[in-house]
Amino acid sequence: MTHAAANQSTAAANSTRLTGLNNPRVRRMLALWPALITIGIFMIVPMFILLVFSFLEADPYGGVEPVFSTEAYVQTLYEIDFDDTLTFNPVYLNILGRSVGLALVATIGCIVLGLPVAYFVSRQSPRNQNLLLFMITLPFWTNLLIRTYAWILILSKNGVLEQPLLALGVIGESLEMMYTNGAIAVGLIYTYLPLMVLPIYASLEKLDFRLIEAAHDLYASRLQVMRRVVLPLATPGIIAGCILVFVPSLGAFIAPDLLGGGKKLMLGSLIQLQFASSRNWPFGSAIAICLLALVMIALMIQARAVAKRSAMEQAG
Amino acid sequence: MITSGLNLTEPTTSGRSQTSVADRTPTTSDASGGTAPGVDASSALDIQNVVKVFGKGETAVTALDNVSAVVKPNEFFTLLGPSGCGKTTLLRLVAGFEHATAGAIYLFGEEIETRPPHQRPVNTVFQHYALFPHMSVAENIGFGLKMLGWSAAQIDERVAETLALVKMEEYAKRRTTQLSGGQQQRIALARALAPKPKVLLLDEPLSALDLKLRQSMREELKNLQRETGITFIFVTHDQEEALTMSDRIAVMSAGLIQQVGSPLEIYERPTNRFVADFIGDTNFLTSTIESISGDTANCRIADGIVCDNQLVGDRSVGDSVTLVLRPEKIKISDSASATDSSMASATAEVLHSTYLGTDTTYHVRIEPDVTLVVRDQNLASGSGRFSAGDRVRITFAEGSTRMLVD
Repeated sequence: MTHAAANQSTAAANSTRLTGLNNPRVRRMLALWPALITIGIFMIVPMFILLVFSFLEADPYGGVEPVFSTEAYVQTLYEIDFDDTLTFNPVYLNILGRSVGLALVATIGCIVLGLPVAYFVSRQSPRNQNLLLFMITLPFWTNLLIRTYAWILILSKNGVLEQPLLALGVIGESLEMMYTNGAIAVGLIYTYLPLMVLPIYASLEKLDFRLIEAAHDLYASRLQVMRRVVLPLATPGIIAGCILVFVPSLGAFIAPDLLGGGKKLMLGSLIQLQFASSRNWPFGSAIAICLLALVMIALMIQARAVAKRSAMEQAG
Repeated sequence: MITSGLNLTEPTTSGRSQTSVADRTPTTSDASGGTAPGVDASSALDIQNVVKVFGKGETAVTALDNVSAVVKPNEFFTLLGPSGCGKTTLLRLVAGFEHATAGAIYLFGEEIETRPPHQRPVNTVFQHYALFPHMSVAENIGFGLKMLGWSAAQIDERVAETLALVKMEEYAKRRTTQLSGGQQQRIALARALAPKPKVLLLDEPLSALDLKLRQSMREELKNLQRETGITFIFVTHDQEEALTMSDRIAVMSAGLIQQVGSPLEIYERPTNRFVADFIGDTNFLTSTIESISGDTANCRIADGIVCDNQLVGDRSVGDSVTLVLRPEKIKISDSASATDSSMASATAEVLHSTYLGTDTTYHVRIEPDVTLVVRDQNLASGSGRFSAGDRVRITFAEGSTRMLVD
């Protein structure tokens, strides 16, 4: 009897203590609200709008008509004729293929160029490191559009790059570099290189130089030291850099528009086109959702691989 | 003619052929050229007039100032000195991490100064171990062997052998980050010993361990050196470590080797003030030469305290010389006790005493400006026998003092 009474009284005490602002959990939630509102307004709501729009019908003057339709998704793979027959249309798959391909080229290009840069910076004195990092991030201070325009001047016919080569007779005629996949890749690599350098630098900066000496001491040549010690220890940075370069490259539209001349569409330019001149918001939304799904799947595969590896390391 | 000094992978069992560095690197004949005149090929390491200057111009720092030393095969050779004396620089020069400004280094008669670290048959145990964090214990130990091109089976065998040598068999599959400092130390040792280097370099390997572990590791290191028969070059600033483990010690200071000798020679017969002061506690006594006969000088420390010393340098009667006298060589007794004519003796006043557990040190004054530190073993229980103000008699045997060059 007394036992039960005691239980009841503690329960009562608990319930009084846990009401309203006195409850630490409630207070913690209150403190989280600013963050939750920010995430909600700037991430979840727009994403939700995009998802809703992708299932509506297009208004011919832009915007959407509130009628449910899956047409936008069907459109990604099929052409809908006037009599509603569907014919397979690989145009958008081609664009997807080109986007993935160019994003991969950009990522690999960034690794090849960024790894030595990051290694070099990480081996400098702390003062020089800060200076070099500042210089690497300096381009971010200028508008991307303007920086990409600069590449038009460099790559265009009789441009900065071609003129001296033509004058010196190294090349006979124009290389026609503009409006090619190569030009887009150059633009992407240029744009996203700092995003590769910085995470690799972050992991190399922590690298103990004595490990490199130890490897040399144990008969590893310079190349072997790179392969067996530096590269494995830089891997977390390389993976982070790959995500930071690959994902935005997939959705890039400034470089494809300006350097690809709009002829070589990438997913980013395609989406932008649908919302602007084509006035097909549902279709643009549908492609954006597909791109999002693609990126999510890629990240999940990567996360699973990392988890598997660390689990193996724990067990091993 | 010297056979390839890089062939450091002599098979442990007969009939096994292994790839060595020599197979991948230029042979000795087209390397920096066999034995130079005046180099004894039977010495493990011959360091000749090595100079190392860091930086240029006004900011230049001379870390090694014309250093020469010879290390014999199978020797436990210690470089002892305070931080900044150049001992680690010398070790790094032998390893190949630094290159000498001038001078030459010969390994079993072969010039190695011009070679990069990965082409020198020496291995290093680093102060903070420098184990590869992304590899298991076994992979760490096998790394050098893999780089030398050993087969997987040979590597496994040698790794197991080396793990047994450092008594860490059950840790092969662990990650190095899961090990304690002492365990990491053993793995670092095993990793450096696995390729059977001609010379093993140890850069203050015990300094990061706690006292008890450090003491037990000393013995183990010494045993390991005996078992493997590998020449050890050990860098330390800890005189006790140096005295207990070494066959020979080189005491370094200010980029110079001050004295090379066995622990006994270094302790008992220091040649200069730095060595005497750095190793153990010492009384420096200013004395005057009373008479010289042959190479023995009779020196007067204070009224009534006269002793014979081996003459060092060019001295004549009346010169002032510095004598060293270790505190434990002085006997302290009751002032009334009988004197022994074979010993130097004087009465003194105890200034203060410090109880140290095993023994007690007394600061005693013989004359107004002559004070001595005396160490007396606490044979009976309780604190020291004498206290401040006591009159005592101090005596020391002939041969306890030693004349310094300066």
